Amino acid sequence: MAPVPSKLYSDDVSLLVVLLDTNPFFWSTASLPFSKFLSHVLAFLNSILLINQLNQVVVIATGCNSCNFIFDSSSVPANPNLENGRMPALCSNLLQKLEEFVTGDEKLSKEVLAAGIGSSLLSGSLSMALCYIQRVFRTGPLHPQPRILCLQGSPDGPEQYVAVMNAIFSAQRSMVPIDSCVIGAQHSAFLQQASYITGGVYLKPQQLDGLFQYLSTVFATDLHSRRFLQLPKPAGVDFRASCFCHKNTIDMGYICSVCLSIFCKHHKKCSTCGSVFGQAQSDGNSATDRKRKTPET
Amino acid sequence: MSGEVLKRARYKTSVKDSGVAGVLKMTEDKFVFMPNDPTSSARFDVEFRFIKGHKFSKGGSNKPALLNLTQDSEKGGGYIFEFENYPDREVCREFVGKALAKFSEASKAGSEQSAVKLFDEQLSTIEMERRIKLLREDRHSVPEEKFGVLLLKGILPLFGETIIAMKLIDSGIASKVKWDCSELQKLHKQFVLSGVLTEAEFWATRKKLLDGNTSRTSKQRVGFKSAMISDLKPLTDGRTNRVTFNLTPEIIHQIFAEKPAVHQAFLNFVPNKMTEKDFWNKYCRAEYLHCTRNTVAAAAEAAEDEELAVFLKHDDILASEARRKIRRVDPTLDMEADQGDDYMHLPDHGIFRDGSKEIIDPQYEQYRRTLSQDLNRHAAVVLEGRPIDVELEDTRTVAEALAKSKRVEAANEKSDGSVTRERLERISRMTEIEDLQAPRDLPFAALCIKDPRDYFDSQQANALKTLGDTLAGSKQIKCSLSSQEAYGSLRGFISEIKSVGLSDPIVKPDIALKVLNGLTQNISSTKFHLGKNPQESVLDRLPIITKEELLHHWTSIQELLRHFWSSYPITTTYLYTKASRLKDAMSQIYPKLQEIKESVQSDFRHQVSLLVQPMLQRRRETLKRRRRSEPQEGPGGERTMGSIGTDLAVMERILELVKPILEHSKTEQEADQDHHQNQARAQHAHLTSTAHPVRFPLVPGSRENCSPLCGLVKMGVLLAFSLSDLREVGWRRRV
Repeated sequence: MAPVPSKLYSDDVSLLVVLLDTNPFFWSTASLPFSKFLSHVLAFLNSILLINQLNQVVVIATGCNSCNFIFDSSSVPANPNLENGRMPALCSNLLQKLEEFVTGDEKLSKEVLAAGIGSSLLSGSLSMALCYIQRVFRTGPLHPQPRILCLQGSPDGPEQYVAVMNAIFSAQRSMVPIDSCVIGAQHSAFLQQASYITGGVYLKPQQLDGLFQYLSTVFATDLHSRRFLQLPKPAGVDFRASCFCHKNTIDMGYICSVCLSIFCKHHKKCSTCGSVFGQAQSDGNSATDRKRKTPET
Repeated sequence: MSGEVLKRARYKTSVKDSGVAGVLKMTEDKFVFMPNDPTSSARFDVEFRFIKGHKFSKGGSNKPALLNLTQDSEKGGGYIFEFENYPDREVCREFVGKALAKFSEASKAGSEQSAVKLFDEQLSTIEMERRIKLLREDRHSVPEEKFGVLLLKGILPLFGETIIAMKLIDSGIASKVKWDCSELQKLHKQFVLSGVLTEAEFWATRKKLLDGNTSRTSKQRVGFKSAMISDLKPLTDGRTNRVTFNLTPEIIHQIFAEKPAVHQAFLNFVPNKMTEKDFWNKYCRAEYLHCTRNTVAAAAEAAEDEELAVFLKHDDILASEARRKIRRVDPTLDMEADQGDDYMHLPDHGIFRDGSKEIIDPQYEQYRRTLSQDLNRHAAVVLEGRPIDVELEDTRTVAEALAKSKRVEAANEKSDGSVTRERLERISRMTEIEDLQAPRDLPFAALCIKDPRDYFDSQQANALKTLGDTLAGSKQIKCSLSSQEAYGSLRGFISEIKSVGLSDPIVKPDIALKVLNGLTQNISSTKFHLGKNPQESVLDRLPIITKEELLHHWTSIQELLRHFWSSYPITTTYLYTKASRLKDAMSQIYPKLQEIKESVQSDFRHQVSLLVQPMLQRRRETLKRRRRSEPQEGPGGERTMGSIGTDLAVMERILELVKPILEHSKTEQEADQDHHQNQARAQHAHLTSTAHPVRFPLVPGSRENCSPLCGLVKMGVLLAFSLSDLREVGWRRRV
């Protein structure tokens, strides 16, 4: 559902939903310690709240087994007395919740020794963020401009592909840009597509100890200001498909009409969804014939 | 084109001649005149291919309906026919127009003879109308008078009335014309007025398009006027009590369509009970009573005269029709929702006929007609359109035709029983109480995807490639910790920050500077990725003038190519000259492209040359093809030269073969040299090129991979090599 323009604040009020990767396996191998990372992020969140009094920040922790809200600036009682001297109430509040979340997440984990770093539940946290944004759209006379920032370290989880893509398209439909800041060693194909499709910024910082600088320079800009700024943008996304059978990039191929899997040669049965294909048209050289498939229902 | 036309006509040798009465019969390729008097000598049988054009007299009440079929100008004379009425003439005229268009097309396609004569071709009027229409449709913002001159320039020469056109141009009007209009006009100006193409050649390639347009428009039927018949006021002369109504066939038709009761009454009464005149008298009397809004008088009159009552009372047929329509309204439509609107309680929604108010005694309700009823009825009829296709002259036929079409309609509706069923289904569906219904199970099979990972894998490889990551580099990092240890360390980090607090400063200044520099560099470097992103056209970044010029040159090249190919195979000298004219025009585009390249800022120069590249390639292909077609006429006629384009050796072999032909055709030789030039250029370029594919978003269909460097080199080489240089290169290669 597209936001109703009249419900927007005239000023650049943002609702920033931050998806925080809390994959313990990733953080135990990351070059940047989690504590350093947190201090960058907490400073960034504080600065967002300072930019505009009406700005709102929501933090969702993306774990291996669960996701949860760990911070919502709109529900925190603005009580400066709670400061414990070392850090503002905001931070201690968030850290408290985060600790609880990690404990909860651990309880859910099954003791299976994975070969590598497992992936975080990006699809889950994206969905939660979008649901939250939809709720904001539907309540109150005015709502801020929402955007999502993914702070992702762990590698993409191929098994979440469909769910993540669905979330991306739903964000695109609600006109919610997804910014991505990849902290891990590899690029994330998910987030690259997410940012490309929704019109957000995709960035993989080179200097991780300068993370705050990246965050405040690139990701702190509200949607209104982005129109006047030149933010880093990737050269483009290669949307060419590769076949499911050999992973070759192909220009022309066969597509399963049920599940849209792509194959470089004709199969009797779709390996992804099990649909049985009818007889292929006799080797005509027209491309339209090749695409035609009749699934079994 | 329908088979033949047969009309009565008088054949005349001149316009003033009284003529010979007879029958004119036209078939697709000829027309035959047979005089009524079998002894008359004015009997002939002429084929349309001898006819060069046709003229006709303007439609007017007292002028005769003439059609003049003109013959060759040198033979002189023609055939003048006078028809009994204009409709007959129109039918014949259209037929002749089509026949002539067909012949001129056929003659253009092949024979040289007619091709030469294209210059003094006399166009049929239809043809010319189409051209005007196309130019007119295409123009966007040219003021009318300017456009007029433009049209004169474009069209007058067609009539051989060049002198007039020249006069106009001389008088300086034409010089004021700005040809800042559309693509088509630009092309027309560029090629036709500069003599690259003749008028006929220019239009020949667009004829099909036009034919499609006109045949569609001619089929469009005229609907009802949107003016209401109630606007028809009775005229009083003021002195007597006489009131005059003017009824035209058009109005009668409208009355029939809008008032089924009158229509019915007409069918029932007219020939038997009363004359048509009486009928309309009565109708007008009823109308007059309505106008005076004297409902009491109307009621009194109706009581006396039952026929008059038909006109005065509410239309029963209409009412039943309305009821039928209401039954078909979506049952879920909430009609009561409107009642909140305040204007409902006022008669006619507060609008009064002729601006006056009327108070109605409910007793005479049935003699009252509201404006909204009339308006709605009228709107309905207008929307339904004109269902009959008969001449409006005879009232009786109109009435009958209308009745017939209504019957057909009704029959159609009755036979369509499924509509009712569908409606009932919808009612039951809409009114059902959802909670009480069993779940509707639609037949579907659940989608079962075994492993969604496949989808990801098929995408990831490409996605990471663009980001500069290779899959080999992103090997999985082994994580030795058990999940317990991992979670433990994570919690450790959290408690660490809790105890230590936020680091101060968060970022060291030198690192922050490094980051900022990195980001700035990143942003400026994205400039060099231009053109890689298919969604972002390089064109959009160019200055608007440059962009337009480039696009214009592109369309010009395409236009030239279109004509170039249409003249294949080159079998005649006429086509030779045409092809060479086109070639010359094409070669003039080169310096223009170069000019554009030089005029833009250095930032864009590189991009422009990238854009220009495919255009050059286009042209080179043309020249290649041109050569390829040659051996077919050569004495040795080798027809198996499929892969000539790439194989220089084969090219040279053909050169040998074609040489005798080329001997007497200078233009062809030039083309050869050009070709060699291109070959040489291509070889040069490939030696120096780097394998760096770039996409050209400008030209659909020509997304060739070629190096930007290659583009520049080609441009450079192209300009550096003169023709004589290349002749040497070319011939030396051969030797």
